[in-house]
Amino acid sequence: MEFLGYRRPDGKAGIRNKIFILPASVCASDTTRIIASQVEGAVTFNNQNGCSQVSKDQQFTMDVMAGMAANPNVYGTVVVSLGCENCQMDLVVDAIKERTNKPLKTFIIQECGGTISTIEKAVRAAKEMAQEASLLMREPIDMSELIVGTECGGSDPTSGLGANPLIGELSDRMVAMGGTSILSETTEFIGAEHILARRGATPEISQKIYDIVHRYEAALQLVGEEVREGNPSPGNKAGGLTTLEEKSLGCIHKGGHTPVNEVYDYAKPVEAKKGLVIMDTPGNDPSSVAGMVAGGAQIVVFSTGRGTPTGNAISPVIKITGNRITYQNMKDNIDIDASPVIYGPQTLEEMGDVLLKEVVEVANGKLTKAESLGYTETAIARVCNYV
Amino acid sequence: MNAMMIDKKDNVAVAIEPITKGETVEYKKEDTVCSLTAAEDITIYHKLAAVDIKKGEPVVKYGEHIGIAAVDIPAGSHVHTHNVENHREAL
Repeated sequence: MEFLGYRRPDGKAGIRNKIFILPASVCASDTTRIIASQVEGAVTFNNQNGCSQVSKDQQFTMDVMAGMAANPNVYGTVVVSLGCENCQMDLVVDAIKERTNKPLKTFIIQECGGTISTIEKAVRAAKEMAQEASLLMREPIDMSELIVGTECGGSDPTSGLGANPLIGELSDRMVAMGGTSILSETTEFIGAEHILARRGATPEISQKIYDIVHRYEAALQLVGEEVREGNPSPGNKAGGLTTLEEKSLGCIHKGGHTPVNEVYDYAKPVEAKKGLVIMDTPGNDPSSVAGMVAGGAQIVVFSTGRGTPTGNAISPVIKITGNRITYQNMKDNIDIDASPVIYGPQTLEEMGDVLLKEVVEVANGKLTKAESLGYTETAIARVCNYV
Repeated sequence: MNAMMIDKKDNVAVAIEPITKGETVEYKKEDTVCSLTAAEDITIYHKLAAVDIKKGEPVVKYGEHIGIAAVDIPAGSHVHTHNVENHREAL
Protein backbone atom coordinates (compact mmCIF):
# COMPACT_ATOMS: atom_id res chain seq x y z
CA MET A 1 0.00 0.00 0.00
CA GLU A 2 1.21 3.53 -0.80
CA PHE A 3 0.45 7.14 0.05
CA LEU A 4 1.37 10.32 -1.81
CA GLY A 5 4.05 12.22 0.05
CA TYR A 6 6.90 14.68 -0.26
CA ARG A 7 10.44 13.29 -0.42
CA ARG A 8 12.91 15.33 1.67
CA PRO A 9 16.66 15.83 1.07
CA ASP A 10 17.37 13.77 4.20
CA GLY A 11 15.58 10.81 2.58
CA LYS A 12 12.44 10.92 4.74
CA ALA A 13 8.89 11.34 3.44
CA GLY A 14 6.36 13.91 4.64
CA ILE A 15 2.60 14.21 4.18
CA ARG A 16 2.45 18.00 4.56
CA ASN A 17 4.74 20.68 3.14
CA LYS A 18 4.96 23.33 5.84
CA ILE A 19 7.29 26.20 6.56
CA PHE A 20 8.04 26.02 10.27
CA ILE A 21 8.61 29.34 12.04
CA LEU A 22 10.30 28.10 15.22
CA PRO A 23 10.50 30.32 18.31
CA ALA A 24 13.64 29.35 20.26
CA SER A 25 12.02 30.64 23.45
CA VAL A 26 8.96 32.25 24.95
CA CYS A 27 10.52 35.64 24.15
CA ALA A 28 10.33 34.92 20.40
CA SER A 29 6.85 33.38 20.36
CA ASP A 30 4.81 36.51 19.63
CA THR A 31 7.25 37.43 16.87
CA THR A 32 6.91 34.01 15.21
CA ARG A 33 3.11 34.26 15.47
CA ILE A 34 3.19 37.47 13.44
CA ILE A 35 5.69 36.05 10.91
CA ALA A 36 3.65 32.85 10.38
CA SER A 37 0.46 34.86 9.90
CA GLN A 38 2.06 36.64 6.91
CA VAL A 39 3.16 33.56 4.95
CA GLU A 40 1.02 30.96 3.19
CA GLY A 41 1.71 27.45 4.52
CA ALA A 42 3.73 28.71 7.51
CA VAL A 43 3.09 27.33 10.99
CA THR A 44 4.37 28.09 14.46
CA PHE A 45 3.47 27.37 18.06
CA ASN A 46 3.58 29.18 21.36
CA ASN A 47 6.83 27.99 22.95
CA GLN A 48 6.46 28.59 26.66
CA ASN A 49 10.03 27.43 27.37
CA GLY A 50 13.56 27.96 26.00
CA CYS A 51 14.94 29.85 28.98
CA SER A 52 15.40 29.58 32.77
CA GLN A 53 15.39 25.78 32.67
CA VAL A 54 17.61 23.19 34.37
CA SER A 55 19.56 21.14 31.84
CA LYS A 56 17.29 18.04 31.80
CA ASP A 57 14.25 20.27 31.37
CA GLN A 58 15.95 22.33 28.64
CA GLN A 59 16.85 19.09 26.85
CA PHE A 60 13.13 18.26 26.43
CA THR A 61 12.59 21.70 24.90
CA MET A 62 15.64 21.36 22.61
CA ASP A 63 14.53 17.90 21.45
CA VAL A 64 11.01 19.08 20.67
CA MET A 65 12.28 22.12 18.76
CA ALA A 66 14.85 20.15 16.73
CA GLY A 67 12.47 17.25 16.21
CA MET A 68 9.61 19.40 14.96
CA ALA A 69 11.97 21.11 12.50
CA ALA A 70 13.23 17.70 11.35
CA ASN A 71 9.72 16.20 11.05
CA PRO A 72 9.29 15.27 7.37
CA ASN A 73 6.05 17.28 7.17
CA VAL A 74 8.27 20.40 7.30
CA TYR A 75 9.89 21.69 4.07
CA GLY A 76 12.15 24.11 5.88
CA THR A 77 12.50 26.05 9.13
CA VAL A 78 13.00 29.69 10.05
CA VAL A 79 14.31 29.87 13.62
CA VAL A 80 13.73 33.09 15.54
CA SER A 81 15.41 33.64 18.90
CA LEU A 82 15.57 36.66 21.17
CA GLY A 83 19.34 36.38 21.62
CA CYS A 84 19.95 36.02 25.35
CA GLU A 85 17.85 32.92 26.10
CA ASN A 86 19.39 29.64 27.33
CA CYS A 87 18.37 27.88 24.11
CA GLN A 88 20.99 29.86 22.16
CA MET A 89 20.66 30.01 18.37
CA ASP A 90 23.87 28.01 17.75
CA LEU A 91 22.64 25.23 20.06
CA VAL A 92 19.26 25.10 18.31
CA VAL A 93 20.86 25.10 14.86
CA ASP A 94 23.30 22.31 15.85
CA ALA A 95 20.44 20.23 17.25
CA ILE A 96 18.42 20.65 14.03
CA LYS A 97 21.44 19.88 11.82
CA GLU A 98 22.09 16.69 13.78
CA ARG A 99 18.68 15.48 12.63
CA THR A 100 18.23 16.90 9.12
CA ASN A 101 19.78 18.84 6.22
CA LYS A 102 16.57 20.62 5.16
CA PRO A 103 16.46 24.38 4.42
CA LEU A 104 17.16 26.50 7.52
CA LYS A 105 17.25 30.27 8.13
CA THR A 106 17.90 32.06 11.43
CA PHE A 107 17.09 35.49 12.86
CA ILE A 108 18.07 36.87 16.28
CA ILE A 109 15.75 39.65 17.44
CA GLN A 110 18.38 41.50 19.52
CA GLU A 111 20.74 41.53 16.51
CA CYS A 112 18.13 42.35 13.83
CA GLY A 113 17.08 45.63 15.43
CA GLY A 114 13.99 44.57 17.37
CA THR A 115 10.80 42.78 16.46
CA ILE A 116 9.58 44.82 13.48
CA SER A 117 12.88 44.56 11.69
CA THR A 118 13.10 40.82 12.52
CA ILE A 119 9.57 40.28 11.25
CA GLU A 120 10.39 41.99 7.95
CA LYS A 121 13.52 39.88 7.35
CA ALA A 122 11.99 36.61 8.55
CA VAL A 123 8.78 37.07 6.54
CA ARG A 124 10.85 37.59 3.39
CA ALA A 125 12.93 34.44 4.09
CA ALA A 126 9.84 32.39 4.93
CA LYS A 127 7.97 33.57 1.84
CA GLU A 128 10.89 32.57 -0.39
CA MET A 129 10.94 29.17 1.31
CA ALA A 130 7.17 28.84 0.79
CA GLN A 131 7.59 29.51 -2.94
CA GLU A 132 10.37 26.91 -3.19
CA ALA A 133 8.23 24.43 -1.25
CA SER A 134 5.33 24.92 -3.67
CA LEU A 135 7.43 23.48 -6.51
CA LEU A 136 7.61 20.09 -4.81
CA MET A 137 5.23 17.40 -6.11
CA ARG A 138 3.74 14.54 -4.14
CA GLU A 139 5.01 11.10 -5.16
CA PRO A 140 3.99 7.52 -4.27
CA ILE A 141 5.66 6.39 -1.03
CA ASP A 142 5.36 2.98 0.60
CA MET A 143 3.24 2.86 3.78
CA SER A 144 6.23 1.37 5.61
CA GLU A 145 7.70 4.89 5.74
CA LEU A 146 4.76 6.19 7.75
CA ILE A 147 5.17 6.68 11.52
CA VAL A 148 1.82 6.86 13.29
CA GLY A 149 1.62 8.39 16.77
CA THR A 150 -1.21 7.16 19.02
CA GLU A 151 -2.81 9.09 21.85
CA CYS A 152 -5.92 9.03 24.03
CA GLY A 153 -7.45 11.98 25.86
CA GLY A 154 -10.70 12.94 27.53
CA SER A 155 -11.27 9.20 27.96
CA ASP A 156 -14.54 7.59 29.07
CA PRO A 157 -15.62 3.91 29.33
CA THR A 158 -16.05 3.71 25.54
CA SER A 159 -12.35 4.53 24.99
CA GLY A 160 -11.18 1.16 26.31
CA LEU A 161 -14.04 -0.72 24.61
CA GLY A 162 -14.18 0.83 21.16
CA ALA A 163 -11.77 3.60 20.20
CA ASN A 164 -8.54 2.23 21.69
CA PRO A 165 -9.05 -1.33 20.38
CA LEU A 166 -9.66 0.27 16.94
CA ILE A 167 -6.38 2.20 17.20
CA GLY A 168 -4.77 -1.11 18.25
CA GLU A 169 -6.15 -2.69 15.06
CA LEU A 170 -4.61 0.16 13.03
CA SER A 171 -1.35 -0.30 14.92
CA ASP A 172 -1.27 -4.02 14.05
CA ARG A 173 -1.92 -3.19 10.39
CA MET A 174 0.83 -0.54 10.30
CA VAL A 175 3.24 -3.11 11.75
CA ALA A 176 2.10 -5.75 9.21
CA MET A 177 2.80 -3.25 6.39
CA GLY A 178 6.32 -2.73 7.72
CA GLY A 179 5.55 0.71 9.18
CA THR A 180 5.77 2.16 12.67
CA SER A 181 3.26 2.81 15.42
CA ILE A 182 4.17 4.73 18.59
CA LEU A 183 2.46 3.89 21.88
CA SER A 184 2.82 6.85 24.26
CA GLU A 185 1.69 8.15 27.69
CA THR A 186 3.88 6.46 30.31
CA THR A 187 1.65 7.55 33.19
CA GLU A 188 -1.08 5.42 31.66
CA PHE A 189 1.06 2.28 31.57
CA ILE A 190 1.26 2.32 35.37
CA GLY A 191 -0.47 -0.79 36.72
CA ALA A 192 -0.14 -2.65 33.44
CA GLU A 193 3.61 -2.20 33.00
CA HIS A 194 4.23 -5.89 33.75
CA ILE A 195 1.81 -6.85 30.97
CA LEU A 196 3.39 -4.39 28.54
CA ALA A 197 6.89 -5.51 29.59
CA ARG A 198 6.01 -9.10 28.61
CA ARG A 199 5.69 -7.78 25.06
CA GLY A 200 9.24 -6.42 24.88
CA ALA A 201 11.05 -7.96 21.89
CA THR A 202 14.17 -8.47 24.05
CA PRO A 203 14.82 -8.61 27.82
CA GLU A 204 16.53 -5.19 27.51
CA ILE A 205 13.40 -3.63 26.00
CA SER A 206 11.21 -5.21 28.72
CA GLN A 207 13.53 -3.71 31.34
CA LYS A 208 13.35 -0.30 29.62
CA ILE A 209 9.54 -0.42 29.90
CA TYR A 210 9.86 -0.94 33.67
CA ASP A 211 12.55 1.75 33.84
CA ILE A 212 10.49 4.52 32.21
CA VAL A 213 7.52 3.74 34.47
CA HIS A 214 9.66 3.75 37.62
CA ARG A 215 11.47 6.92 36.53
CA TYR A 216 8.16 8.68 35.97
CA GLU A 217 6.79 7.56 39.34
CA ALA A 218 10.02 8.68 41.05
CA ALA A 219 9.79 12.12 39.41
CA LEU A 220 6.25 12.58 40.69
CA GLN A 221 7.22 11.32 44.15
CA LEU A 222 9.71 14.22 44.35
CA VAL A 223 6.72 16.53 44.60
CA GLY A 224 4.82 14.17 46.90
CA GLU A 225 2.55 12.49 44.35
CA GLU A 226 1.80 8.75 44.46
CA VAL A 227 0.18 7.79 41.15
CA ARG A 228 -0.99 4.38 42.35
CA GLU A 229 -2.88 5.82 45.33
CA GLY A 230 -6.51 6.63 44.65
CA ASN A 231 -6.22 5.27 41.12
CA PRO A 232 -8.59 4.22 39.57
CA SER A 233 -10.33 7.40 40.72
CA PRO A 234 -13.85 7.36 42.18
CA GLY A 235 -15.05 8.60 38.77
CA ASN A 236 -13.26 5.71 37.02
CA LYS A 237 -14.88 3.24 39.44
CA ALA A 238 -18.32 4.73 38.91
CA GLY A 239 -17.68 4.23 35.19
CA GLY A 240 -17.04 0.52 35.77
CA LEU A 241 -13.25 0.31 36.11
CA THR A 242 -12.31 -1.99 39.01
CA THR A 243 -8.49 -2.03 39.13
CA LEU A 244 -5.54 0.04 37.91
CA GLU A 245 -4.52 -2.92 35.69
CA GLU A 246 -7.89 -2.72 33.97
CA LYS A 247 -7.70 1.06 33.49
CA SER A 248 -4.18 0.93 32.05
CA LEU A 249 -5.01 -2.06 29.81
CA GLY A 250 -7.69 0.08 28.16
CA CYS A 251 -5.02 2.67 27.32
CA ILE A 252 -2.29 0.31 26.15
CA HIS A 253 -4.76 -1.38 23.81
CA LYS A 254 -3.79 1.39 21.37
CA GLY A 255 -0.56 -0.56 20.89
CA GLY A 256 -2.36 -3.56 19.39
CA HIS A 257 -0.89 -7.02 19.81
CA THR A 258 2.62 -7.00 18.33
CA PRO A 259 5.97 -7.03 20.21
CA VAL A 260 7.46 -3.75 21.42
CA ASN A 261 10.63 -3.26 19.38
CA GLU A 262 12.08 -0.13 21.01
CA VAL A 263 11.57 2.34 23.84
CA TYR A 264 12.44 5.97 23.05
CA ASP A 265 12.96 8.82 25.46
CA TYR A 266 10.73 11.87 25.04
CA ALA A 267 11.01 13.57 21.61
CA LYS A 268 14.02 11.49 20.51
CA PRO A 269 14.21 10.47 16.81
CA VAL A 270 12.12 7.37 16.01
CA GLU A 271 13.38 5.07 13.28
CA ALA A 272 10.98 4.28 10.44
CA LYS A 273 10.03 0.64 9.65
CA LYS A 274 10.45 -0.26 13.30
CA GLY A 275 7.08 -1.88 14.04
CA LEU A 276 5.50 -1.08 17.42
CA VAL A 277 7.58 1.21 19.62
CA ILE A 278 7.02 3.11 22.87
CA MET A 279 7.85 6.73 23.59
CA ASP A 280 8.12 7.94 27.19
CA THR A 281 5.65 10.84 27.20
CA PRO A 282 3.25 12.40 29.72
CA GLY A 283 -0.47 11.63 29.69
CA ASN A 284 -0.99 15.34 28.93
CA ASP A 285 -2.18 15.30 25.32
CA PRO A 286 -0.57 18.31 23.57
CA SER A 287 2.85 17.57 25.09
CA SER A 288 2.63 13.83 24.38
CA VAL A 289 1.62 14.53 20.77
CA ALA A 290 4.46 17.07 20.45
CA GLY A 291 6.95 14.44 21.66
CA MET A 292 5.83 11.94 19.02
CA VAL A 293 5.75 14.57 16.26
CA ALA A 294 9.28 15.59 17.28
CA GLY A 295 10.17 11.89 17.07
CA GLY A 296 9.07 11.97 13.44
CA ALA A 297 5.40 10.90 13.48
CA GLN A 298 3.89 12.31 10.29
CA ILE A 299 0.35 11.54 11.51
CA VAL A 300 -1.36 11.07 14.88
CA VAL A 301 -4.46 9.01 15.68
CA PHE A 302 -6.19 10.23 18.82
CA SER A 303 -9.05 8.54 20.70
CA THR A 304 -11.42 10.50 22.90
CA GLY A 305 -14.50 9.69 24.94
CA ARG A 306 -15.66 13.12 26.00
CA GLY A 307 -14.38 14.85 22.83
CA THR A 308 -11.31 17.09 22.51
CA PRO A 309 -10.26 19.60 19.84
CA THR A 310 -6.47 18.83 19.88
CA GLY A 311 -4.51 19.48 16.70
CA ASN A 312 -0.82 20.00 16.03
CA ALA A 313 1.16 22.56 14.03
CA ILE A 314 3.20 19.98 12.10
CA SER A 315 1.29 16.69 11.91
CA PRO A 316 -2.41 16.05 11.25
CA VAL A 317 -4.34 14.58 14.20
CA ILE A 318 -7.21 12.19 13.35
CA LYS A 319 -9.75 12.14 16.16
CA ILE A 320 -11.90 9.07 16.84
CA THR A 321 -14.47 8.30 19.52
CA GLY A 322 -16.25 5.13 20.64
CA ASN A 323 -19.02 7.25 22.17
CA ARG A 324 -21.83 7.76 19.64
CA ILE A 325 -23.37 10.59 21.70
CA THR A 326 -20.02 12.44 21.80
CA TYR A 327 -19.64 11.95 18.03
CA GLN A 328 -23.03 13.59 17.39
CA ASN A 329 -22.25 16.31 19.93
CA MET A 330 -18.72 17.08 18.67
CA LYS A 331 -19.02 16.30 14.94
CA ASP A 332 -17.08 19.46 14.11
CA ASN A 333 -14.06 18.10 15.97
CA ILE A 334 -14.15 14.32 15.63
CA ASP A 335 -13.24 12.58 12.38
CA ILE A 336 -14.41 9.00 12.96
CA ASP A 337 -17.28 7.43 14.88
CA ALA A 338 -15.78 4.21 16.27
CA SER A 339 -18.94 3.22 18.18
CA PRO A 340 -19.74 0.38 15.71
CA VAL A 341 -16.82 -1.47 17.33
CA ILE A 342 -19.07 -1.66 20.41
CA TYR A 343 -22.56 -1.55 18.95
CA GLY A 344 -22.16 -2.85 15.39
CA PRO A 345 -23.15 -3.33 12.67
CA GLN A 346 -19.51 -3.19 11.51
CA THR A 347 -16.88 -5.44 13.09
CA LEU A 348 -13.55 -4.28 14.51
CA GLU A 349 -11.90 -5.49 11.31
CA GLU A 350 -14.33 -3.56 9.10
CA MET A 351 -13.81 -0.43 11.20
CA GLY A 352 -10.06 -1.07 10.84
CA ASP A 353 -10.56 -0.74 7.07
CA VAL A 354 -12.40 2.57 7.61
CA LEU A 355 -9.66 3.98 9.86
CA LEU A 356 -6.83 2.83 7.58
CA LYS A 357 -8.58 4.42 4.58
CA GLU A 358 -8.86 7.68 6.56
CA VAL A 359 -5.15 7.52 7.47
CA VAL A 360 -4.21 7.08 3.79
CA GLU A 361 -6.55 9.88 2.67
CA VAL A 362 -5.15 12.24 5.31
CA ALA A 363 -1.62 11.22 4.33
CA ASN A 364 -2.54 12.07 0.72
CA GLY A 365 -3.61 15.55 1.76
CA LYS A 366 -7.17 15.41 3.12
CA LEU A 367 -7.48 17.90 5.98
CA THR A 368 -8.47 16.49 9.37
CA LYS A 369 -11.22 18.34 11.26
CA ALA A 370 -8.60 19.84 13.60
CA GLU A 371 -6.58 21.04 10.58
CA SER A 372 -9.64 22.48 8.87
CA LEU A 373 -10.25 24.54 12.03
CA GLY A 374 -6.60 25.64 12.11
CA TYR A 375 -5.98 23.98 15.48
CA THR A 376 -2.30 23.71 16.38
CA GLU A 377 -2.16 23.63 20.19
CA THR A 378 1.26 22.41 21.24
CA ALA A 379 2.93 21.95 24.62
CA ILE A 380 6.35 20.68 25.68
CA ALA A 381 6.81 18.22 28.57
CA ARG A 382 8.59 19.57 31.66
CA VAL A 383 10.90 17.96 34.21
CA CYS A 384 10.40 20.56 36.95
CA ASN A 385 9.69 24.22 37.65
CA TYR A 386 11.66 27.05 36.02
CA VAL A 387 14.82 28.33 37.66
CA MET B 1 -26.60 -7.55 21.86
CA ASN B 2 -26.40 -5.75 25.21
CA ALA B 3 -22.87 -6.74 26.25
CA MET B 4 -19.48 -7.25 24.68
CA MET B 5 -16.52 -9.52 25.32
CA ILE B 6 -13.24 -7.90 24.32
CA ASP B 7 -10.96 -10.94 24.10
CA LYS B 8 -11.83 -14.62 23.70
CA LYS B 9 -9.77 -15.41 26.82
CA ASP B 10 -11.95 -13.09 28.96
CA ASN B 11 -14.20 -14.46 31.72
CA VAL B 12 -16.11 -11.18 32.03
CA ALA B 13 -18.31 -9.30 29.57
CA VAL B 14 -19.05 -5.56 29.63
CA ALA B 15 -22.63 -4.24 29.61
CA ILE B 16 -23.08 -1.86 26.67
CA GLU B 17 -26.69 -1.08 27.65
CA PRO B 18 -28.17 -0.86 31.15
CA ILE B 19 -29.09 -4.44 32.14
CA THR B 20 -31.70 -5.39 34.75
CA LYS B 21 -31.79 -8.51 36.92
CA GLY B 22 -33.31 -11.52 35.13
CA GLU B 23 -32.72 -10.00 31.70
CA THR B 24 -30.98 -12.08 29.03
CA VAL B 25 -27.41 -10.92 28.45
CA GLU B 26 -26.14 -11.42 24.90
CA TYR B 27 -22.58 -10.92 23.69
CA LYS B 28 -20.39 -12.17 20.89
CA LYS B 29 -17.41 -14.39 21.62
CA GLU B 30 -15.52 -14.15 18.34
CA ASP B 31 -18.33 -15.06 15.90
CA THR B 32 -20.60 -16.99 18.27
CA VAL B 33 -23.42 -15.28 20.12
CA CYS B 34 -23.44 -16.33 23.78
CA SER B 35 -26.23 -15.67 26.25
CA LEU B 36 -26.82 -15.94 29.97
CA THR B 37 -29.17 -14.45 32.56
CA ALA B 38 -28.23 -11.37 34.56
CA ALA B 39 -28.11 -12.32 38.27
CA GLU B 40 -28.46 -8.65 39.25
CA ASP B 41 -28.75 -5.17 37.75
CA ILE B 42 -25.64 -4.22 35.77
CA THR B 43 -24.85 -0.54 35.18
CA ILE B 44 -23.87 0.36 31.60
CA TYR B 45 -20.12 -0.23 30.95
CA HIS B 46 -19.77 -2.30 34.14
CA LYS B 47 -18.64 -5.93 34.02
CA LEU B 48 -20.50 -9.18 34.63
CA ALA B 49 -19.17 -12.71 35.00
CA ALA B 50 -19.53 -14.60 31.71
CA VAL B 51 -18.86 -17.89 33.51
CA ASP B 52 -18.66 -19.00 37.15
CA ILE B 53 -15.45 -17.54 38.57
CA LYS B 54 -14.15 -19.32 41.69
CA LYS B 55 -12.63 -17.46 44.63
CA GLY B 56 -8.89 -17.00 43.98
CA GLU B 57 -9.20 -17.32 40.20
CA PRO B 58 -8.02 -14.46 37.99
CA VAL B 59 -10.56 -12.06 36.52
CA VAL B 60 -9.66 -11.77 32.85
CA LYS B 61 -10.44 -8.77 30.60
CA TYR B 62 -8.52 -7.70 27.46
CA GLY B 63 -7.14 -11.27 27.65
CA GLU B 64 -5.15 -10.26 30.75
CA HIS B 65 -5.51 -10.61 34.52
CA ILE B 66 -7.08 -7.47 35.95
CA GLY B 67 -7.47 -8.88 39.50
CA ILE B 68 -8.39 -11.95 41.55
CA ALA B 69 -11.91 -13.05 42.54
CA ALA B 70 -12.25 -12.31 46.28
CA VAL B 71 -15.30 -14.63 46.53
CA ASP B 72 -17.02 -17.13 44.24
CA ILE B 73 -18.65 -15.07 41.49
CA PRO B 74 -21.52 -16.90 39.75
CA ALA B 75 -22.09 -16.30 36.03
CA GLY B 76 -24.30 -13.25 35.41
CA SER B 77 -23.14 -11.41 38.55
CA HIS B 78 -21.79 -7.87 38.69
CA VAL B 79 -17.96 -7.96 38.85
CA HIS B 80 -16.46 -4.91 40.54
CA THR B 81 -14.53 -3.67 43.59
CA HIS B 82 -16.81 -5.58 46.02
CA ASN B 83 -15.76 -9.00 44.70
CA VAL B 84 -12.37 -8.41 43.00
CA GLU B 85 -9.03 -7.97 44.74
CA ASN B 86 -6.21 -5.98 43.26
CA HIS B 87 -3.22 -8.23 42.75
CA ARG B 88 0.09 -7.02 41.36
CA GLU B 89 1.80 -9.65 39.32
CA ALA B 90 5.51 -10.14 38.97
CA LEU B 91 6.85 -10.47 35.43
